Amino acid sequence: MFNKILTADEAVAGVQDGMTIMVGGFLGTGSPEVLMDALVRKGVKHLTVIGNDGGLAEGQPAGEFAGKTPRGIGKLLENHMVDHVIMSHVGVNPRLNEQFADGSLTYTLVPQGTLAEKIRAAAYGLGGVLTPVGLGTPMETDLDELGRKKEVMEIDGKKYLFERPLHADYSFIRASMADKFGNYMCSKATRNFNIVMAGAADHTVIAAEKLVEVGSVDPDIWQVAGVLVESIVEGESAWQI
Amino acid sequence: MADLKARIAKRCAKHFEDGDFINLGIGLPTMVADYLPEDVIITCHSENGFAGIDILADEETLDVNIINSGGQYVTALPRAKFFDTAESFGLVRGGHVKATVLGAMEVAENGDLANWIVPGKKVAGMGGAMDLCVGCPEVIITMLHTQKGNHKIKKQCTLPLTAEKCVTAIITEMAVMHVTPEGIVVTELHPDYTKEEVQAATGVDLIWSPDLKPYDET
Repeated sequence: MFNKILTADEAVAGVQDGMTIMVGGFLGTGSPEVLMDALVRKGVKHLTVIGNDGGLAEGQPAGEFAGKTPRGIGKLLENHMVDHVIMSHVGVNPRLNEQFADGSLTYTLVPQGTLAEKIRAAAYGLGGVLTPVGLGTPMETDLDELGRKKEVMEIDGKKYLFERPLHADYSFIRASMADKFGNYMCSKATRNFNIVMAGAADHTVIAAEKLVEVGSVDPDIWQVAGVLVESIVEGESAWQI
Repeated sequence: MADLKARIAKRCAKHFEDGDFINLGIGLPTMVADYLPEDVIITCHSENGFAGIDILADEETLDVNIINSGGQYVTALPRAKFFDTAESFGLVRGGHVKATVLGAMEVAENGDLANWIVPGKKVAGMGGAMDLCVGCPEVIITMLHTQKGNHKIKKQCTLPLTAEKCVTAIITEMAVMHVTPEGIVVTELHPDYTKEEVQAATGVDLIWSPDLKPYDET
Protein backbone atom coordinates (compact mmCIF):
# COMPACT_ATOMS: atom_id res chain seq x y z
CA MET A 1 0.00 0.00 0.00
CA PHE A 2 1.26 3.44 -0.80
CA ASN A 3 2.51 5.65 1.97
CA LYS A 4 2.66 9.40 1.52
CA ILE A 5 4.34 10.17 4.83
CA LEU A 6 7.97 11.16 4.41
CA THR A 7 10.59 13.10 6.32
CA ALA A 8 11.12 16.67 5.15
CA ASP A 9 14.48 15.71 3.65
CA GLU A 10 12.91 12.82 1.73
CA ALA A 11 10.09 15.05 0.50
CA VAL A 12 12.49 17.59 -1.07
CA ALA A 13 15.04 15.04 -2.29
CA GLY A 14 13.84 15.36 -5.89
CA VAL A 15 14.22 19.14 -6.04
CA GLN A 16 17.02 19.90 -8.50
CA ASP A 17 18.99 23.04 -9.31
CA GLY A 18 17.06 25.28 -11.71
CA MET A 19 13.61 23.91 -10.87
CA THR A 20 10.47 25.99 -10.35
CA ILE A 21 8.74 25.69 -6.98
CA MET A 22 5.69 27.36 -5.50
CA VAL A 23 5.38 28.06 -1.79
CA GLY A 24 2.30 28.98 0.26
CA GLY A 25 2.25 31.78 2.81
CA PHE A 26 1.60 35.48 3.16
CA LEU A 27 4.33 37.52 4.86
CA GLY A 28 5.41 34.39 6.71
CA THR A 29 1.95 33.34 7.89
CA GLY A 30 1.04 29.92 6.53
CA SER A 31 4.43 29.11 5.07
CA PRO A 32 5.74 25.52 5.25
CA GLU A 33 8.81 26.12 7.41
CA VAL A 34 10.03 22.53 7.78
CA LEU A 35 10.10 22.19 3.98
CA MET A 36 12.01 25.46 3.54
CA ASP A 37 14.51 24.26 6.18
CA ALA A 38 14.94 21.00 4.27
CA LEU A 39 15.56 22.87 1.00
CA VAL A 40 18.22 24.95 2.76
CA ARG A 41 19.87 21.75 4.06
CA LYS A 42 19.79 20.29 0.57
CA GLY A 43 21.34 23.48 -0.76
CA VAL A 44 19.66 23.60 -4.18
CA LYS A 45 20.43 26.65 -6.31
CA HIS A 46 19.03 28.69 -9.19
CA LEU A 47 15.41 28.13 -8.21
CA THR A 48 12.47 29.99 -9.70
CA VAL A 49 10.09 30.62 -6.82
CA ILE A 50 6.37 31.40 -7.08
CA GLY A 51 4.71 32.87 -4.00
CA ASN A 52 2.78 35.89 -2.85
CA ASP A 53 5.83 37.60 -1.35
CA GLY A 54 9.37 36.91 -0.14
CA GLY A 55 8.41 35.93 3.41
CA LEU A 56 10.52 37.52 6.10
CA ALA A 57 14.28 38.10 6.36
CA GLU A 58 16.66 37.30 9.21
CA GLY A 59 15.95 39.72 12.04
CA GLN A 60 12.74 41.01 10.51
CA PRO A 61 9.71 40.77 12.80
CA ALA A 62 6.30 40.45 11.13
CA GLY A 63 4.50 42.26 13.88
CA GLU A 64 4.82 43.18 17.48
CA PHE A 65 4.85 39.57 18.65
CA ALA A 66 6.85 37.93 15.91
CA GLY A 67 10.12 36.12 16.19
CA LYS A 68 13.25 37.17 14.40
CA THR A 69 14.20 34.23 12.24
CA PRO A 70 13.65 34.23 8.50
CA ARG A 71 10.32 32.81 7.44
CA GLY A 72 9.01 31.07 4.36
CA ILE A 73 10.72 31.96 1.09
CA GLY A 74 12.89 34.31 3.17
CA LYS A 75 14.97 31.26 4.15
CA LEU A 76 15.77 30.52 0.50
CA LEU A 77 16.65 34.17 -0.16
CA GLU A 78 18.98 34.36 2.87
CA ASN A 79 20.88 31.45 1.37
CA HIS A 80 20.99 32.84 -2.21
CA MET A 81 19.15 29.83 -3.61
CA VAL A 82 16.82 31.78 -5.90
CA ASP A 83 17.40 33.23 -9.40
CA HIS A 84 13.90 34.41 -10.22
CA VAL A 85 10.74 35.18 -8.25
CA ILE A 86 7.14 35.38 -9.50
CA MET A 87 5.24 37.36 -6.86
CA SER A 88 2.67 40.07 -6.25
CA HIS A 89 4.68 41.87 -3.59
CA VAL A 90 8.44 42.18 -3.21
CA GLY A 91 8.69 45.18 -0.88
CA VAL A 92 8.72 43.67 2.62
CA ASN A 93 11.68 41.28 2.71
CA PRO A 94 14.70 43.54 2.03
CA ARG A 95 16.75 40.61 0.63
CA LEU A 96 14.65 40.81 -2.55
CA ASN A 97 15.59 44.37 -3.48
CA GLU A 98 19.20 43.80 -2.35
CA GLN A 99 19.49 40.83 -4.70
CA PHE A 100 17.71 42.66 -7.54
CA ALA A 101 20.28 45.44 -7.12
CA ASP A 102 23.31 43.13 -7.16
CA GLY A 103 21.94 41.36 -10.24
CA SER A 104 21.66 37.88 -8.68
CA LEU A 105 17.86 37.85 -8.68
CA THR A 106 15.21 38.86 -11.22
CA TYR A 107 11.46 39.14 -10.81
CA THR A 108 8.10 38.96 -12.54
CA LEU A 109 5.29 40.83 -10.80
CA VAL A 110 1.74 39.48 -11.03
CA PRO A 111 -1.31 41.09 -9.37
CA GLN A 112 -2.34 39.03 -6.34
CA GLY A 113 -5.71 37.87 -7.64
CA THR A 114 -4.27 37.08 -11.06
CA LEU A 115 -1.45 35.09 -9.46
CA ALA A 116 -3.99 32.91 -7.64
CA GLU A 117 -5.99 32.35 -10.84
CA LYS A 118 -2.92 31.50 -12.95
CA ILE A 119 -2.00 28.87 -10.36
CA ARG A 120 -5.57 27.59 -10.14
CA ALA A 121 -5.71 27.33 -13.93
CA ALA A 122 -2.63 25.09 -13.85
CA ALA A 123 -4.13 22.89 -11.14
CA TYR A 124 -7.58 22.58 -12.65
CA GLY A 125 -7.03 22.19 -16.38
CA LEU A 126 -7.80 25.62 -17.75
CA GLY A 127 -5.90 27.08 -20.71
CA GLY A 128 -5.58 30.39 -18.90
CA VAL A 129 -7.82 33.10 -17.52
CA LEU A 130 -9.28 36.33 -18.87
CA THR A 131 -9.08 39.19 -16.40
CA PRO A 132 -9.68 42.92 -16.68
CA VAL A 133 -6.97 43.47 -14.03
CA GLY A 134 -3.80 45.04 -15.44
CA LEU A 135 -5.30 46.62 -18.58
CA GLY A 136 -3.66 49.97 -19.27
CA THR A 137 -0.82 49.20 -16.85
CA PRO A 138 2.63 47.65 -17.27
CA MET A 139 0.93 44.25 -16.80
CA GLU A 140 -0.47 44.63 -20.31
CA THR A 141 2.80 45.57 -22.00
CA ASP A 142 5.39 43.67 -19.90
CA LEU A 143 6.28 40.15 -20.97
CA ASP A 144 5.04 37.33 -18.73
CA GLU A 145 7.14 35.04 -16.51
CA LEU A 146 8.32 33.04 -19.52
CA GLY A 147 8.99 36.07 -21.72
CA ARG A 148 5.77 35.78 -23.74
CA LYS A 149 3.71 38.76 -24.88
CA LYS A 150 0.26 38.99 -23.35
CA GLU A 151 -2.81 39.16 -25.52
CA VAL A 152 -5.70 41.57 -25.01
CA MET A 153 -8.96 39.90 -26.00
CA GLU A 154 -12.35 41.48 -26.50
CA ILE A 155 -15.28 39.37 -25.35
CA ASP A 156 -18.81 40.75 -25.84
CA GLY A 157 -17.44 44.26 -26.12
CA LYS A 158 -15.32 44.12 -22.98
CA LYS A 159 -11.53 43.95 -22.92
CA TYR A 160 -9.58 41.37 -20.93
CA LEU A 161 -5.97 40.38 -20.51
CA PHE A 162 -5.26 36.75 -21.27
CA GLU A 163 -3.11 35.23 -18.52
CA ARG A 164 -1.58 31.79 -18.95
CA PRO A 165 -1.50 29.00 -16.34
CA LEU A 166 1.41 28.96 -13.92
CA HIS A 167 2.80 25.51 -13.26
CA ALA A 168 5.73 24.35 -11.11
CA ASP A 169 7.82 21.26 -10.46
CA TYR A 170 6.95 21.30 -6.75
CA SER A 171 4.25 22.91 -4.60
CA PHE A 172 5.15 23.36 -0.94
CA ILE A 173 2.17 23.91 1.33
CA ARG A 174 1.44 24.31 5.05
CA ALA A 175 -1.61 22.50 6.43
CA SER A 176 -2.98 23.15 9.90
CA MET A 177 -4.33 19.62 9.96
CA ALA A 178 -4.15 16.69 7.55
CA ASP A 179 -5.04 13.03 7.55
CA LYS A 180 -2.67 10.32 6.40
CA PHE A 181 -4.34 10.23 2.99
CA GLY A 182 -3.42 13.90 2.45
CA ASN A 183 -6.81 15.53 2.90
CA TYR A 184 -6.09 18.80 4.63
CA MET A 185 -7.37 22.10 5.99
CA CYS A 186 -5.68 25.41 6.66
CA SER A 187 -6.77 27.42 9.65
CA LYS A 188 -8.03 31.00 9.27
CA ALA A 189 -5.71 33.35 7.39
CA THR A 190 -3.15 30.62 6.71
CA ARG A 191 -5.26 29.49 3.75
CA ASN A 192 -3.89 32.18 1.38
CA PHE A 193 -2.06 30.35 -1.45
CA ASN A 194 -2.04 27.00 0.40
CA ILE A 195 -5.34 26.01 -1.23
CA VAL A 196 -4.78 26.85 -4.92
CA MET A 197 -1.22 25.56 -5.05
CA ALA A 198 -2.29 21.95 -4.47
CA GLY A 199 -2.10 20.12 -7.76
CA ALA A 200 -0.55 23.02 -9.68
CA ALA A 201 2.83 21.27 -9.68
CA ASP A 202 4.15 17.86 -10.69
CA HIS A 203 4.66 17.12 -6.99
CA THR A 204 2.54 18.55 -4.18
CA VAL A 205 4.08 18.35 -0.72
CA ILE A 206 2.29 19.42 2.46
CA ALA A 207 3.78 20.08 5.87
CA ALA A 208 1.19 19.43 8.56
CA GLU A 209 0.98 20.90 12.03
CA LYS A 210 -1.27 18.03 13.08
CA LEU A 211 -1.53 14.68 11.33
CA VAL A 212 -4.49 12.42 12.13
CA GLU A 213 -5.55 8.91 11.17
CA VAL A 214 -7.86 8.53 8.19
CA GLY A 215 -11.45 8.51 9.41
CA SER A 216 -10.67 9.92 12.83
CA VAL A 217 -12.32 13.28 12.15
CA ASP A 218 -15.45 14.34 10.29
CA PRO A 219 -14.38 14.52 6.62
CA ASP A 220 -16.54 17.63 6.27
CA ILE A 221 -13.67 19.75 7.62
CA TRP A 222 -11.25 19.06 4.78
CA GLN A 223 -10.71 21.95 2.38
CA VAL A 224 -8.44 20.22 -0.14
CA ALA A 225 -8.65 16.68 -1.55
CA GLY A 226 -5.89 14.32 -0.54
CA VAL A 227 -5.73 12.97 -4.09
CA LEU A 228 -3.82 16.14 -5.00
CA VAL A 229 -1.17 15.50 -2.37
CA GLU A 230 1.84 13.33 -3.13
CA SER A 231 3.83 13.69 0.10
CA ILE A 232 3.00 14.55 3.69
CA VAL A 233 5.57 15.78 6.18
CA GLU A 234 4.87 15.98 9.90
CA GLY A 235 6.28 18.34 12.46
CA GLU A 236 5.25 21.80 11.29
CA SER A 237 5.00 24.03 14.32
CA ALA A 238 1.56 25.46 15.07
CA TRP A 239 3.21 28.39 16.78
CA GLN A 240 4.20 30.36 13.75
CA ILE A 241 6.13 33.13 15.46
CA MET B 1 0.18 66.45 9.55
CA ALA B 2 -1.20 63.73 11.84
CA ASP B 3 -4.23 65.95 12.47
CA LEU B 4 -4.77 66.42 8.75
CA LYS B 5 -4.60 62.68 8.14
CA ALA B 6 -7.08 62.06 10.97
CA ARG B 7 -9.38 64.66 9.40
CA ILE B 8 -9.26 62.82 6.08
CA ALA B 9 -9.84 59.41 7.69
CA LYS B 10 -12.75 60.76 9.72
CA ARG B 11 -14.40 62.30 6.64
CA CYS B 12 -13.91 59.14 4.64
CA ALA B 13 -15.57 57.05 7.36
CA LYS B 14 -18.80 59.04 6.88
CA HIS B 15 -18.98 57.88 3.31
CA PHE B 16 -20.06 54.37 4.27
CA GLU B 17 -23.52 53.01 4.94
CA ASP B 18 -25.04 50.28 7.02
CA GLY B 19 -24.28 46.88 5.48
CA ASP B 20 -21.33 47.96 3.33
CA PHE B 21 -18.48 45.53 2.59
CA ILE B 22 -15.28 47.52 2.02
CA ASN B 23 -11.50 47.20 1.81
CA LEU B 24 -9.16 49.61 3.57
CA GLY B 25 -5.59 49.88 2.28
CA ILE B 26 -2.44 50.29 4.36
CA GLY B 27 -1.52 53.59 6.05
CA LEU B 28 -4.01 56.45 6.14
CA PRO B 29 -6.85 54.24 4.78
CA THR B 30 -6.43 51.87 7.77
CA MET B 31 -7.18 54.84 10.07
CA VAL B 32 -10.68 55.06 8.54
CA ALA B 33 -11.67 52.00 10.61
CA ASP B 34 -11.17 54.03 13.81
CA TYR B 35 -13.93 56.44 12.79
CA LEU B 36 -16.58 54.11 11.33
CA PRO B 37 -19.92 54.85 13.00
CA GLU B 38 -20.78 52.37 15.75
CA ASP B 39 -24.50 52.07 15.10
CA VAL B 40 -24.06 50.45 11.66
CA ILE B 41 -22.69 47.14 10.44
CA ILE B 42 -19.75 47.63 8.09
CA THR B 43 -17.59 44.64 7.20
CA CYS B 44 -13.97 45.12 6.19
CA HIS B 45 -12.23 42.80 3.73
CA SER B 46 -8.64 41.80 4.45
CA GLU B 47 -7.45 40.61 1.06
CA ASN B 48 -4.93 38.15 2.47
CA GLY B 49 -7.75 36.00 3.71
CA PHE B 50 -10.95 37.11 5.40
CA ALA B 51 -13.98 39.35 5.67
CA GLY B 52 -14.63 40.84 9.08
CA ILE B 53 -11.36 42.29 10.31
CA ASP B 54 -11.66 43.85 13.79
CA ILE B 55 -8.70 45.46 15.57
CA LEU B 56 -4.99 44.91 16.22
CA ALA B 57 -4.43 41.91 18.50
CA ASP B 58 -2.88 42.21 21.94
CA GLU B 59 -1.22 39.50 24.01
CA GLU B 60 -4.62 38.30 25.23
CA THR B 61 -6.29 38.07 21.84
CA LEU B 62 -3.32 37.03 19.71
CA ASP B 63 -3.99 34.23 17.22
CA VAL B 64 -0.90 33.58 15.09
CA ASN B 65 -3.12 32.39 12.24
CA ILE B 66 -4.77 35.79 11.81
CA ILE B 67 -2.90 38.64 10.14
CA ASN B 68 -4.05 41.58 8.06
CA SER B 69 -2.71 42.37 4.61
CA GLY B 70 0.10 44.42 6.17
CA GLY B 71 1.27 41.37 8.16
CA GLN B 72 0.06 42.67 11.53
CA TYR B 73 -1.66 40.35 13.98
CA VAL B 74 -5.32 41.30 14.20
CA THR B 75 -8.59 39.93 15.52
CA ALA B 76 -11.65 38.81 13.55
CA LEU B 77 -15.28 39.73 14.21
CA PRO B 78 -17.82 37.01 15.10
CA ARG B 79 -19.28 37.36 11.57
CA ALA B 80 -15.86 36.82 9.95
CA LYS B 81 -15.44 34.48 7.01
CA PHE B 82 -11.96 33.21 6.21
CA PHE B 83 -11.02 32.35 2.64
CA ASP B 84 -8.09 31.61 0.38
CA THR B 85 -6.58 34.07 -2.09
CA ALA B 86 -8.66 32.88 -5.06
CA GLU B 87 -11.94 33.41 -3.21
CA SER B 88 -10.71 36.66 -1.72
CA PHE B 89 -9.97 38.16 -5.13
CA GLY B 90 -13.04 36.56 -6.66
CA LEU B 91 -15.02 38.71 -4.24
CA VAL B 92 -12.98 41.71 -5.37
CA ARG B 93 -13.09 41.20 -9.16
CA GLY B 94 -16.73 40.18 -8.98
CA GLY B 95 -17.62 43.62 -7.67
CA HIS B 96 -18.80 42.27 -4.31
CA VAL B 97 -16.49 44.52 -2.29
CA LYS B 98 -18.29 47.83 -2.68
CA ALA B 99 -15.41 50.18 -2.11
CA THR B 100 -11.67 50.27 -1.65
CA VAL B 101 -9.88 53.11 0.15
CA LEU B 102 -6.33 53.68 -1.03
CA GLY B 103 -3.60 56.29 -1.11
CA ALA B 104 -2.25 57.71 -4.37
CA MET B 105 0.88 59.14 -5.90
CA GLU B 106 -1.08 60.59 -8.83
CA VAL B 107 -4.74 60.75 -9.82
CA ALA B 108 -5.74 61.92 -13.31
CA GLU B 109 -8.79 63.94 -14.30
CA ASN B 110 -10.36 60.85 -15.90
CA GLY B 111 -9.85 58.71 -12.77
CA ASP B 112 -6.62 56.99 -13.81
CA LEU B 113 -4.63 56.03 -10.71
CA ALA B 114 -0.89 55.61 -10.13
CA ASN B 115 0.03 54.37 -6.67
CA TRP B 116 2.32 51.36 -6.97
CA ILE B 117 5.67 52.04 -8.61
CA VAL B 118 8.19 54.80 -9.25
CA PRO B 119 10.55 53.66 -12.03
CA GLY B 120 14.14 53.49 -10.82
CA LYS B 121 13.19 53.32 -7.14
CA LYS B 122 13.02 50.25 -4.90
CA VAL B 123 10.36 47.84 -6.23
CA ALA B 124 7.49 46.91 -3.92
CA GLY B 125 4.96 45.35 -6.28
CA MET B 126 1.25 45.95 -6.66
CA GLY B 127 0.08 43.26 -4.23
CA GLY B 128 -3.70 43.35 -4.50
CA ALA B 129 -4.03 47.02 -5.51
CA MET B 130 -4.68 46.44 -9.23
CA ASP B 131 -7.38 43.84 -8.52
CA LEU B 132 -9.05 46.13 -5.98
CA CYS B 133 -9.04 49.17 -8.27
CA VAL B 134 -10.52 47.24 -11.18
CA GLY B 135 -13.01 45.18 -9.17
CA CYS B 136 -14.46 47.53 -6.57
CA PRO B 137 -17.31 49.71 -7.86
CA GLU B 138 -15.97 52.61 -5.77
CA VAL B 139 -12.29 53.54 -5.50
CA ILE B 140 -11.85 56.24 -2.89
CA ILE B 141 -8.49 57.99 -2.67
CA THR B 142 -7.54 59.42 0.71
CA MET B 143 -4.40 61.54 0.59
CA LEU B 144 -2.83 64.88 1.37
CA HIS B 145 -3.78 67.18 -1.49
CA THR B 146 -0.20 67.78 -2.68
CA GLN B 147 3.19 66.12 -2.29
CA LYS B 148 5.31 68.87 -0.69
CA GLY B 149 3.49 71.43 -2.82
CA ASN B 150 3.61 69.39 -6.05
CA HIS B 151 0.34 68.48 -7.71
CA LYS B 152 -0.92 64.91 -7.25
CA ILE B 153 -4.22 65.52 -9.03
CA LYS B 154 -3.18 65.98 -12.66
CA LYS B 155 -4.41 66.09 -16.25
CA GLN B 156 -2.64 62.79 -16.84
CA CYS B 157 -0.58 60.46 -14.67
CA THR B 158 3.12 60.38 -15.49
CA LEU B 159 3.83 57.24 -13.40
CA PRO B 160 2.82 53.72 -14.52
CA LEU B 161 -0.86 53.16 -13.77
CA THR B 162 -2.40 50.89 -11.16
CA ALA B 163 -5.67 50.91 -13.11
CA GLU B 164 -7.39 53.03 -15.74
CA LYS B 165 -10.39 55.28 -15.02
CA CYS B 166 -11.07 53.69 -11.65
CA VAL B 167 -11.09 56.51 -9.07
CA THR B 168 -14.58 57.61 -8.07
CA ALA B 169 -13.82 60.00 -5.18
CA ILE B 170 -10.86 61.87 -3.69
CA ILE B 171 -10.81 63.00 -0.07
CA THR B 172 -8.00 65.34 0.99
CA GLU B 173 -7.48 67.73 3.91
CA MET B 174 -8.82 70.52 1.66
CA ALA B 175 -11.82 69.07 -0.10
CA VAL B 176 -14.07 66.17 -1.07
CA MET B 177 -14.09 65.58 -4.83
CA HIS B 178 -15.88 63.24 -7.22
CA VAL B 179 -14.58 62.06 -10.56
CA THR B 180 -17.26 62.54 -13.25
CA PRO B 181 -17.30 62.33 -17.05
CA GLU B 182 -17.18 66.17 -17.07
CA GLY B 183 -14.17 66.37 -14.75
CA ILE B 184 -13.39 66.56 -11.05
CA VAL B 185 -16.27 68.06 -9.10
CA VAL B 186 -15.68 69.53 -5.64
CA THR B 187 -18.62 68.83 -3.36
CA GLU B 188 -17.16 69.89 0.00
CA LEU B 189 -14.59 72.58 0.83
CA HIS B 190 -12.77 72.79 4.16
CA PRO B 191 -13.22 76.21 5.83
CA ASP B 192 -9.43 76.55 6.33
CA TYR B 193 -9.01 77.00 2.57
CA THR B 194 -10.37 79.22 -0.19
CA LYS B 195 -11.49 77.95 -3.59
CA GLU B 196 -8.45 79.68 -5.08
CA GLU B 197 -6.08 77.84 -2.72
CA VAL B 198 -7.60 74.46 -3.56
CA GLN B 199 -7.50 75.22 -7.29
CA ALA B 200 -3.84 76.31 -7.03
CA ALA B 201 -3.01 72.99 -5.30
CA THR B 202 -4.65 71.03 -8.13
CA GLY B 203 -3.33 70.33 -11.62
CA VAL B 204 -6.72 70.28 -13.36
CA ASP B 205 -9.53 72.84 -13.63
CA LEU B 206 -11.88 71.95 -10.82
CA ILE B 207 -15.65 72.06 -11.23
CA TRP B 208 -17.39 73.57 -8.21
CA SER B 209 -20.62 71.84 -7.36
CA PRO B 210 -23.65 74.14 -7.26
CA ASP B 211 -24.38 72.35 -3.97
CA LEU B 212 -20.92 72.99 -2.53
CA LYS B 213 -20.99 72.26 1.20
CA PRO B 214 -18.58 72.84 4.03
CA TYR B 215 -16.29 69.84 4.72
CA ASP B 216 -18.16 67.55 7.10
CA GLU B 217 -16.04 67.42 10.23
CA THR B 218 -18.77 66.50 12.68
